[in-house]
Amino acid sequence: MSFATQLMDIALIVTFVVIALAQAMSMIRLVMGPSTGDRILALDTMVVNAIGLIVLLGIAQGVRIYFEVSLIIAMLGFVSTVAYARFVLRGDIIE
Amino acid sequence: MTAEIIGTYAVAICLLVGAGFAMVGAIGLLKFNDSMTRLHAPTKVGTVGIGALLLASMIHSFTVGDGSLHELLIMSFLFVTAPISANFMAKVNIHRRACDTPPEPPRDDTWSTLNVPEADREMASPTVQPPKA
Repeated sequence: MSFATQLMDIALIVTFVVIALAQAMSMIRLVMGPSTGDRILALDTMVVNAIGLIVLLGIAQGVRIYFEVSLIIAMLGFVSTVAYARFVLRGDIIE
Repeated sequence: MTAEIIGTYAVAICLLVGAGFAMVGAIGLLKFNDSMTRLHAPTKVGTVGIGALLLASMIHSFTVGDGSLHELLIMSFLFVTAPISANFMAKVNIHRRACDTPPEPPRDDTWSTLNVPEADREMASPTVQPPKA
């Protein structure tokens, strides 16, 4: 039991570090992205990584309430991605 | 007790799988050199990476206390919306000409029409005349 718990703690820390690193790397792509599509993609990836970080926080603290936060961020991220893409495509979001 | 140990191991494995896919997606987003290939990599983060993390969260809630399956909602929502947003971003790339567009198709008046090509006029039976276009 002790070894399994230790392994899970180490995996939790490793996952935190790796997803924070992935978030920083997609932020680099957001800054230097040559076209608009790359910037939209980087923002979408950052939203997905933020969902992952919040889920990890929920696992680490053993709190159930972060589920609703990540669900709302998932919905908001999808809608904002579609809104950005639609603004580039049509010049207008709601026609 | 053994179920708890197996569950803890499963949580650790799912966390590491999710972290690996998130890292692969971020590296692909950073290092590919075309907009369309860059679009390909981070879609794996949205499905497999976050799916593994949510699976870890579910298994953890089952091992710690009374389990909850709420995370299936987030997982199904992400699985449904990931292709739609990827399709929108691909349309943005095509709209902005940020990718290789296929060459213009060659112009041809005879293929799959009733017009008989010039070289085959003699072979065509005299009863079937090519329509005057």
